[in-house]
Amino acid sequence: MTYIVKPKNHHPLLERNELGLTRRDYEGAVSTLCAGCGHDSISSAIVEACFQLSIESYKVAKLSGIGCSSKAPAYFLNQSHGFNSVHGRMPSVATGAAMANHELLYLGVSGDGDSASIGIGQFIHCARRQVNMTYIVENNGTYGLTKGQFSATNDLESKSKYGDDNLFPSIDLPSMAIQLGASFVARGFSGDKDQLVPLLKAAIAHKGFSFLDIISPCVTFNNHNTSTKSYDYIREHNDSLAKPDFVPLGKEITANYEEGSSIEVPLHDGSLLSLEKLSEDYDPQDKISAIKSIQESQRDNKVTTGLLYVNPDAKDLKEILNVSDTPLNAMGSKDLCPGSEELSKINLSLK
Amino acid sequence: MGYAEFSLSGSKSLLMSKISSINDFVIKFANVNGSGSASANQTFAKGVFRSGIPVSPKNIFPSNIQGLPTWFEVRVNEKGYLGRREGIDIAVAMNPQSYRQDVADLKQGGYLIYDSSWKRDFGRDDINIIEIPLTKLCVQEFSNPKQRLLFKNLGYVGLLASILEMDKEIYIVLIEEQFKGKEKLIEPNVKALNIGYKYAEDNFKEFCEIKVKNSNKTEGLILTSGNDAAGLGCVYGGATVCAWYPITPSTSLAESFDKYSEKFRVEVGTDKNKYAFIQAEDELAAMGMTIGANWNGARAFTATSGPGVSLMSEFIGLAYFAEVPAVLFNVQRGGPSTGMPTRTQQSDLLSCAYASHGDTKHIMLIPSDPKECFEFAVEAFDLAERYQTPVIVLLDLDLGMNDWSSKEFQWNDLKEYDRGKVLSKEDLDEIEEFGRYLDVDGDGVPYRTYPGTHPQKGAYFTRGTSHDEYARYTEDGAKNAEVLSRLTKKFQTASSTVPAPIFNQEASTSSIGVIYFGSTDCSMQEALDNLKDQNIDIDAMRIRSFPFNLEVWEFIEEHDLLFIIEQNRDGQMRTLLMAEGGIIPDKLVSILCFDGQPITASFITNKINAHISGIPSVAAS
Repeated sequence: MTYIVKPKNHHPLLERNELGLTRRDYEGAVSTLCAGCGHDSISSAIVEACFQLSIESYKVAKLSGIGCSSKAPAYFLNQSHGFNSVHGRMPSVATGAAMANHELLYLGVSGDGDSASIGIGQFIHCARRQVNMTYIVENNGTYGLTKGQFSATNDLESKSKYGDDNLFPSIDLPSMAIQLGASFVARGFSGDKDQLVPLLKAAIAHKGFSFLDIISPCVTFNNHNTSTKSYDYIREHNDSLAKPDFVPLGKEITANYEEGSSIEVPLHDGSLLSLEKLSEDYDPQDKISAIKSIQESQRDNKVTTGLLYVNPDAKDLKEILNVSDTPLNAMGSKDLCPGSEELSKINLSLK
Repeated sequence: MGYAEFSLSGSKSLLMSKISSINDFVIKFANVNGSGSASANQTFAKGVFRSGIPVSPKNIFPSNIQGLPTWFEVRVNEKGYLGRREGIDIAVAMNPQSYRQDVADLKQGGYLIYDSSWKRDFGRDDINIIEIPLTKLCVQEFSNPKQRLLFKNLGYVGLLASILEMDKEIYIVLIEEQFKGKEKLIEPNVKALNIGYKYAEDNFKEFCEIKVKNSNKTEGLILTSGNDAAGLGCVYGGATVCAWYPITPSTSLAESFDKYSEKFRVEVGTDKNKYAFIQAEDELAAMGMTIGANWNGARAFTATSGPGVSLMSEFIGLAYFAEVPAVLFNVQRGGPSTGMPTRTQQSDLLSCAYASHGDTKHIMLIPSDPKECFEFAVEAFDLAERYQTPVIVLLDLDLGMNDWSSKEFQWNDLKEYDRGKVLSKEDLDEIEEFGRYLDVDGDGVPYRTYPGTHPQKGAYFTRGTSHDEYARYTEDGAKNAEVLSRLTKKFQTASSTVPAPIFNQEASTSSIGVIYFGSTDCSMQEALDNLKDQNIDIDAMRIRSFPFNLEVWEFIEEHDLLFIIEQNRDGQMRTLLMAEGGIIPDKLVSILCFDGQPITASFITNKINAHISGIPSVAAS
């Protein structure tokens, strides 16, 4: 059996959050991914973000498709329901689930094969529908489970581990997401937890479609010196737009920024996303400047990271469809069935 | 039958004979699609229905928006035989493009109505021609160019009301109902009706020997389509999420759910919707959303046709293996491939019964009329949740898109939805250990939990990969085999609760039996009566679901020879019976109609007769 249960031994002095839980309470099964896989760092960043936000795990649904990335939901939040669906189709399953009960938190975990190739149609429509979820792509530019084929996010100039040329240009998912109407778009790096955790926290707090493209090097197939998704390459070419800090509702801002160098974005639940600007003309609420920044970085062989775009006032799918505040899955026959009297009237109208 | 019989001598004296009948005829309208004729033709059919005579209107339309020939066939039959019948008694030929075919289809002694603004010689002297210069009349009476075209349609309805000696008032009331809220439109529409009516009164009084006489045979009946009924059934059955992708002939099913939800599912006070209606980007997404919503405890469904089922197959397998409820309506059309999108067939039985790769089997419900479409829609959600598996409801284009004279819908207000084995927070508190796929009750049906139920218990990982009783990933072959075997057990459990077959007799008396299903029902009943008139007694069984119940096997056991009537090429129900029950192939004789037109009683009667006359001992029984 490849399922390994993690022993639960809590040190009495472990830090606890507002729910009295430790980080261990947010963990999952022992990972079966390769040692050093970026995906494991993302799992631990998710654990950290959920711990810090004092999220109730059982109110989270974690959904994925197929691939190395899509195995990851087993490795965090043990008390959450998980759904490992079919290849590239997590977005539709998440959309249906979110319609059935808007009160849960939806974490979608996908990969670059899953979202940029087989499931790109579903990714596109999930973004444009503004499904209220956090959609994470653990982006390593390669098909790991089938042993190292190029994926559609692999850069043109990147070579395979075996020296093969990549013949086609890469798809940039964050640019697409911005154009499609996603209301929160960010790029992170699995090796930069300081940036990733606040981004994740903000993405979770944001209402609407939060998209996080996280570069996550594949140590086995795409971490060589001719790869543009290796740890070394990303560290050297990381072009961080802003240093994010996420401040939950009712908490004081503790970060100290120089005057005029920070931007504050209030999110719908009252929490605050505050960003230290690292670039002069950075405005995360301007789509055009966001896409421009991404394009310029690409031209200069850099990888833009950080919060790329946010619209805190966008409507989510539930609002667009004007769906009831009572979750649909909590309604019974009394709420839903028009009854025999109405049926008699229908019969009459069909005479 | 009330037809004047013709001698086949062909003598000239008979050439001017007229078909004469009361409340028993077939009328066929030939129009150009996109010309507004469908509404007028439907009005005609409804007028006959309101006169108390059952009708079965059938829209025979191209896969096109405007400009191509389209037909609308109405069978009027006081006995309530509603299957399609060959031979046209009255042709309303409004499309010169199809004159040749329309005139050729007309029976000897039949009536041809055409727009004589442009006179024609149709080259047949054995039919009766009713000329009406509709275009000229409408140009005289209306100034608006759109109205001049559109009102030709109601013009011929008026003419028909006169020559069939119907109560014109019925049509005026129908027009008033149709334009309720747009009262300005009533007057010109009534005027159009009167143009045709008056012209016929002046020129063709007592010309036609086919009549509509008021009757009372529509008591307890409604005129509606299977798709409309199924969409309404989804509302009554508590569906809250409909995810779908447009495809003929299923589109109107999803739209019916939306229509009735807009009426019945708006929250008082907030004006918010107690449903979500999502047009997906494709059928894959539609099925994914359906599964996601059901997994999360909402009743959700999708509606599609054969090509959509092909696309959904991977997801159907996931729902089967991960045991997620899902309801899917397949309104079948002519296949294979894109096939005949606007014609009918029952050719997706096998692709639905075993949809998806690997060992999979699915519950199927096969309704035969709109009332059953309504009931099976409700039933489908109960079964899907009871057995935590996809349920596929199989309609076909004829049943789904055409109006049928169906029994009224019924509802018992005491009905509670069967949500199946779902554990609440309190249940979980009492359980020592929750195993998602544990067969606790020995019926193959495990217990499930909705996400967000309990802070510490009940969470599990839903997956399409091999898993053990606790939903944990495993590559242990024996464990996987256990799960597969339990799924078989679950399917067997389901066979005793899915809708039982309907028998025409209390006990089998003949050595010959006939098995049929779905929209074939009406033609089958007529065929059985015809055979009885010829002293051929056959036992009949209508299959309504898969897996097959015990009664199905007993019926087959009781007969030496069984005809299986199907509207497909390969005898898919026969294959299914052989595969599932190990029935000897020789015993099952296929009667197959797959030309895209609804099967007729005479087709069935002729085929059975031909077969039986080859077996003297059986024919004698």
